[in-house]
Amino acid sequence: MSTVAYITARGLFGRRRALLLLPLPLLLVGLALICEAYDVSPADWGQPVVVGLGLAVVLPVTALIVGTGVLGSEVDDGTIIHILTKPLPRRDIILAKMLVAAGVTAVTAAVPLFVVGALAESVRFGLALAVGAVAGALAYSALFLLLSLLTRRPVLVGLAYILVWEGLLGRFVSGTRVLSIEQYVIGIADKIAPSAILDGKVSLPVAVVMSAIFAVGGTLYAINRLGSFSMAGETS
Amino acid sequence: MSTVELRNVSRWYGNVVAVNDVSMTLQPGVTGLLGPNGAGKTTVLHMMAGFLAPSKGAVTIDGSPTWRNPGIYRELGLVAEREAVHGFLTAREFVTACAKMQKLPDPAGAAQRALELVEMTGAQDRRIDTFSKGMRQRTRVAAALVHEPRVLLLDEPFNGMDPRQRMHMMELLHQLGDQGHTILFSSHILEEVEQLSGLVQVIVAGRLAASGDYRRIRRLMTNRPHVFAVQSSDDRRLAVALIGEKSVSGVEIEASGLTVRASDYGTFTRALPRIALGEGIRLRKLLPSDESLESVFSYLLEA
Repeated sequence: MSTVAYITARGLFGRRRALLLLPLPLLLVGLALICEAYDVSPADWGQPVVVGLGLAVVLPVTALIVGTGVLGSEVDDGTIIHILTKPLPRRDIILAKMLVAAGVTAVTAAVPLFVVGALAESVRFGLALAVGAVAGALAYSALFLLLSLLTRRPVLVGLAYILVWEGLLGRFVSGTRVLSIEQYVIGIADKIAPSAILDGKVSLPVAVVMSAIFAVGGTLYAINRLGSFSMAGETS
Repeated sequence: MSTVELRNVSRWYGNVVAVNDVSMTLQPGVTGLLGPNGAGKTTVLHMMAGFLAPSKGAVTIDGSPTWRNPGIYRELGLVAEREAVHGFLTAREFVTACAKMQKLPDPAGAAQRALELVEMTGAQDRRIDTFSKGMRQRTRVAAALVHEPRVLLLDEPFNGMDPRQRMHMMELLHQLGDQGHTILFSSHILEEVEQLSGLVQVIVAGRLAASGDYRRIRRLMTNRPHVFAVQSSDDRRLAVALIGEKSVSGVEIEASGLTVRASDYGTFTRALPRIALGEGIRLRKLLPSDESLESVFSYLLEA
């Protein structure tokens, strides 16, 4: 399993796509620092920066880049075959990929969110955001890992989920929130450190249970799909 | 000793039948899987390697099904047609990683042996994305051989190799076959198969057209009627003369010349100039018109 994780991590950071991971957290922290420097009240910048940029963009987009990068790219270019032709249980392969994806996403998103939360309100609020981000990283990573095995265009489908389902429908159609990872993250963070910046719309139990369903269910389904991974011949 | 067996295997994609009721057994030694492009060779190989479920029938290695059974990869090595390799690794890192994933007791030693076998030790510390096609291919073979599998499947292994590399790879496969490994390689080039293997499985349009010793199949091929396009100074008179020749089984007169069907290649090509000379006819063109592999294969299919 460690070899799969090693190759996955090398592959992830060896691709140019990994550079995309840098600007988003920097932008997030940079915006918060500028607002602080100019003495703008956190009541004014808190919500747009923390929720509008941090939870609605930085966390899911990071998870999308990483989640599709650890498996989707290998499926796409065919290098996955070298990992699949080994007597490894498919569970171990998916768990290794999941570990790398969730780990990298959690670090890339949770650290800047912690900093921004601490600047906006308190260290406790920062921690609450970080915990929510870790839960979100697990759920998003499992979802995007699974998408890499279900569709040939995981990035496109993932973007549609983030922008259309969570971004558009999540704002206006209340029923879609039950299937929105962003709302679980807000729900969890809001419960740990209640704040005016966050407006949790799903209850804590729903948020925790649904995040777990996404993370565990997505992983299990991905293991099953990888077990019947098929290759079509190029000539036939 | 390992036996790969296909029993009444079919595979279809929607309405398209890619492989149609194929049964074959591969024994230790080198076997060539021969067929024109698009005949279903890759589909057969992918089913053997556990990357495609047969729609019907069973694919087994020593009795175990290959589909959804990762355990078979302890005994199976695959060199797929697609050349993608983790280019950011060096050859040594890549082959060692494969050895580790095979859970070998001494991954570094096994990787070294495999790289020596394919003569890649000179470039083993270079990143794979700096390699030529042939070097990449050899690295992939090393990765597939690192755990010394009893069954080795190779899809078009000679594509992109220069003649020296080709010869070296052939020697290597021969050697492995002699040691008792079961080796199957696919190719659409007759000569490759002829040089490498006595046993062939010929696939045409998804069906097993011939199976067995190459020489016997070759004989079948030489006995098939040959078609020639002929142009001369007097096509009609030449047609009359040709129809009297024993080795000619049919003549058609067309605007562009004659289409002659000969039952025996050698006799006809010797007889034609003699007949033309005797009749005082000048030959302008003589072209064997069905020498493509596809026509050879389709003849086998009819036979």
